[in-house]
Amino acid sequence: MKSEPDARGKFGEFGGRYAPEQQIAALDELTEAMDSVLKTPEFQNELDDLLASYAGRPTPLTLAARMTEDLGGAKIYLKREDLAHTGAHKINNVLGQALLARRMGKPRVIAETGAGQHGCATATACALLDLECEVYMGAEDVRRQALNVFRMELLGAKVHSVTSGSNTLKDAINEAMRDWVTNIETTYYCIGSVMGPHPYPLLVRNFQRVIGVEARQQILKVEGRLPDVLVACVGGGSNAIGLFHPFVEDEGVALIGVEPGGEGMDSGRHGATLSAGVPSIFHGKRTYVLADDDGQIFPAHSISAGLDYPGVGPEHAYLRDSGRAEYAVATDDEALDAFVYLSRMEGIIPALESAHAIAHVRKLAPTLPKDNIVIINLSGRGDKDVSEVAELLKAGES
Amino acid sequence: MSRIAARFEDLRKRNETALVAFVTAGDPDMDATEAMLLGLADAGADLLEIGVPFSDPIAEGPTIQRSSERALANGTSLRRILELVGRIRDRIELPILLMGYANPIHAMGPVPFAEAAEAVGLDGIIVPDLPMEEGEPFYKECRSRGIDAVLLAAPTSTPERMEALVSRTAGFLYYVSLQGVTGFRDELAQGIAERVELARSFGDIPICVGFGISTPAQAAELRGVADGVVVGSAFVRAIEGAGSREEAVDAITKLARTLKAALKES
Repeated sequence: MKSEPDARGKFGEFGGRYAPEQQIAALDELTEAMDSVLKTPEFQNELDDLLASYAGRPTPLTLAARMTEDLGGAKIYLKREDLAHTGAHKINNVLGQALLARRMGKPRVIAETGAGQHGCATATACALLDLECEVYMGAEDVRRQALNVFRMELLGAKVHSVTSGSNTLKDAINEAMRDWVTNIETTYYCIGSVMGPHPYPLLVRNFQRVIGVEARQQILKVEGRLPDVLVACVGGGSNAIGLFHPFVEDEGVALIGVEPGGEGMDSGRHGATLSAGVPSIFHGKRTYVLADDDGQIFPAHSISAGLDYPGVGPEHAYLRDSGRAEYAVATDDEALDAFVYLSRMEGIIPALESAHAIAHVRKLAPTLPKDNIVIINLSGRGDKDVSEVAELLKAGES
Repeated sequence: MSRIAARFEDLRKRNETALVAFVTAGDPDMDATEAMLLGLADAGADLLEIGVPFSDPIAEGPTIQRSSERALANGTSLRRILELVGRIRDRIELPILLMGYANPIHAMGPVPFAEAAEAVGLDGIIVPDLPMEEGEPFYKECRSRGIDAVLLAAPTSTPERMEALVSRTAGFLYYVSLQGVTGFRDELAQGIAERVELARSFGDIPICVGFGISTPAQAAELRGVADGVVVGSAFVRAIEGAGSREEAVDAITKLARTLKAALKES
């Protein structure tokens, strides 16, 4: 099968453009820019050059030898997005969008952020390309992630603390959308994941595809064949779709997304949208969302702020319903264990987000034959999480 | 002829500009909303727009956001709002519209919603995050049941799009006066009259202007320019500032009277 949206951004029943009339002209303008500018050799060369000389691409594909031996099943590789500049895959998308903003003549860039990773990446790209940058962040997240707030400010961005709704990522997105309609002539909205109205899910995916394109070349080079399984964590789903998409047509490659199970699926406190959500219209798209019977959106919960989003990219909804991809769940506790596990086993401290993918592979790999190959997207590094994990582990001991 | 169309025809004969009055259902509670709608009808409002609260209202400024949060906190739902419309229908001759985001309707199901809305006698529906392309199946369902699906136009809508919006809207065209969210502004946005004229050149449909209109002076500026003005945040703020239901009804009926006076030819 192929996974491409139609002209209106529909992946089957999902996606689309559920946006206020005030945004339609800007979304049309963005779609036009995406269709024209992105395909030009000048743009591609400029982006490729930045990805190589600034972001540190290609990122390595590392054999996790001790983990493989310990689990006693499939051979495990890690796609090392943690080694990209700013410490996560987010930079792939923001460099693309910031370049596009400049091409479109928009001097001001806004972004939403949860834990601050996308905000820091956007602030970085804006510093590099001399664009004005303002970031919306929920007041609760501003409090929890003071260091990232400082990083963004250090990089020259202005951070707005959002005090509406649940004071978290979804409210930061609401506020960024409100800013965007107000300043639409001068402002580019740099969305951080495969969400929002068309063309954003497609645009962000196309900037993140580089992960899978590289992984494919790398595994063919070292193993001479395609992998059997790809595993990635899914909040909004940009790192997962970036890895998966170049393999979608290879039916023999299983695609597994791992959602945040929070305090457990029975607790109601999780962010497992595809596992427990209902098709809904939210933040510009139709997709699976955590919502009640009246269509009101629930706040999500996860130990990792980067997965703390009650919706998911529409292409994941499509891949799931078509049966091409499957989605599993890892709880907060499992992610925390995997965080420590990978640190000790491979000398790599993973982001808590990526630790969800590690947690799933710890269960999966032993069930697979030794000649199987698994690639995990190690979407980010865990430096940002170290102090929080230290507290959680201390609390767990007492 | 729909109740909305009849109302605008009547207002044209009287050379008046319509006052479209908005309140959020369930803020502070459903009984209060019922009393307020009856009060607004008595005080000279021409169309009643009932806000359906949503957890993530991206087109709203802080005043209506807070109001939505209060309404949701006390259990307001789309079904209960439709029941409210059913209860007041016999007592209110004015057109009654719902203004709400797409997902509560999507959750109920577009067809069950349209059936229920027809049964209680709803006149119109405004869904700001359901543009004409995505909304067409639902809007068609509404139109086939005599419910006017009101489309919105914006300052950035291209002339081609404006023409399509004018030809596809029902009841009236809701012109969003500014790029931004609902709420208070010191002055009206620039260029409203030109945009309204542009819309008029594409067809003979009433045009109401909303967003950022809160004072009688601002309303008066649009008298004769538009067929109606939509006032929301000013009513919601009056409700927010009131100490009791009686005070709230008193405050919003007073506001409705002064706004309506500004919209009648002097």
